[in-house]
Amino acid sequence: MTDTDTAGPDATFRKGLENGEILLPRCDDCGAFHFFPRILCPHCHGSALTWHRASGRGRVHTTTVVRQKPERGGNYNICMVELEEGVRMMSRVEGIAPEDVAIDMPVTAFVGEADGNRIVLCKPGRD
Amino acid sequence: MSRDLRGKSAIVGTGHAGFGEAHGLTAYDIMAQAAQAALADAGLKLGDVDGLFCTMMEDSMPALMAAEYLGITPRFIDGTMTGGSSFVNYLTSATLALEAGLCDVALIVYGSNQRTASGKLVTASRPPAYEAPYNPRYPISAYAMAAARHMHVYGTTREQLADVAVAARAWAQHNPEAFERGPLSREDVMGARMVNDPLSVRDCCLVTDGGGAIVMVRAERARDFPKAPVYVLGSAAESSHRQISQMKDFTVTAARESGRRALAAAGVAAADIQVVELYDAFTINTILFLEDLGFCAKGEGGAFVEGGRIAPGGALPVNTNGGGLSCVHPGMYGIFTVIEAARQIRGDAPGIQLKNVDLALAHGNGGVLSSQVTAILGSQATV
Repeated sequence: MTDTDTAGPDATFRKGLENGEILLPRCDDCGAFHFFPRILCPHCHGSALTWHRASGRGRVHTTTVVRQKPERGGNYNICMVELEEGVRMMSRVEGIAPEDVAIDMPVTAFVGEADGNRIVLCKPGRD
Repeated sequence: MSRDLRGKSAIVGTGHAGFGEAHGLTAYDIMAQAAQAALADAGLKLGDVDGLFCTMMEDSMPALMAAEYLGITPRFIDGTMTGGSSFVNYLTSATLALEAGLCDVALIVYGSNQRTASGKLVTASRPPAYEAPYNPRYPISAYAMAAARHMHVYGTTREQLADVAVAARAWAQHNPEAFERGPLSREDVMGARMVNDPLSVRDCCLVTDGGGAIVMVRAERARDFPKAPVYVLGSAAESSHRQISQMKDFTVTAARESGRRALAAAGVAAADIQVVELYDAFTINTILFLEDLGFCAKGEGGAFVEGGRIAPGGALPVNTNGGGLSCVHPGMYGIFTVIEAARQIRGDAPGIQLKNVDLALAHGNGGVLSSQVTAILGSQATV
């Protein structure tokens, strides 16, 4: 658990990623998590927010295979992952073929890297 | 739109330009040609326009660019950008502005040269920060994930998605203005190159050039123009998100609310609607909107479109010009839902003209199923 940073919600989230953590804002008033990070709770509009480390446990809500020629890098997965905290974000399931990613599949979210940026990626199954 | 605005404004001119490939023309050239065509249709001149309703894919101030290009100084201007739904949304703001006396002649206009300029979607919008690193193809990845979810929850099939494209093509084959008029079968759609599973390239709208324009006036003077007036009986919007990750339920769009309120404002039910023009950016759109607008129950959209039920001769005429899938799709298609609905009511549709159309529905979609706007249009008999 981390206190709200004066750096702003986007910067705080990204700092978390730099430290290998997926941080999620939770509303002190209604108790709901939200994503993407912002300065107010989109559910109840309260503005007292506290950051919590996500468990990483999630499930694929929906998925697609972006088709791309092999010489341009080949097919890849894009999915919506729903974390057990109740938030949904775009991600990619790695470690299996993109077409094998299935809706409702349990996944574990982790901090990975793409093009030099730290981002939330997923692997199949639960740790 | 409240009941008080029912039938208070009317479309008295429609026009289009640059369908397909408009070599050598800029987006603003095409916009201006469409404006000229719509004003000629209404028997008006550019100098009569004092209300401008416009957005484009280019620039951050496209409405100002359009006014400047046209050589007009509108006293009312609306450049609200909600994606392809913008132009259906302008029916509401134009009605309000006309009714309040803030303008007397409203011009809704759009143009794009995206096919000859680049061959792909031209957009001034930035990729959302929390989605961009995953390289989604904008906007198809979002629609593909909505289709995948609909298939998972309701058992909708690729065959049913294909039937939407096949029906659109069947309408287009009768429309000389349509860009794609060759034969298209279920097998052709399903066997076409996959772009984002479960959508093949034939599940996707066209990439064409084109522009469209609509001229509106207050109802009290609507019968003073050459063409039969088409009244705005109701229009309503609902916005649910901008980024696809924020869509609450990937199988339910805000069309449920926009449709309900537009129909209520018009005082009619979905069952009364004789022709339906939906923004079909992808085949899943047609299925989602038929469900959400109340033409069938949630989850039954796939079965509803099977067996030519929305094709010529089917139970419900949908996208009678061929839609964005087969007629025209210059970046944003919304204005063409209104134009085709109006022409069906007036009796001068370019393709198959349905008989005795008094009530039509036009539905615009913007962003990634983000903005939904529904309008109910009616003939003189409905006011």
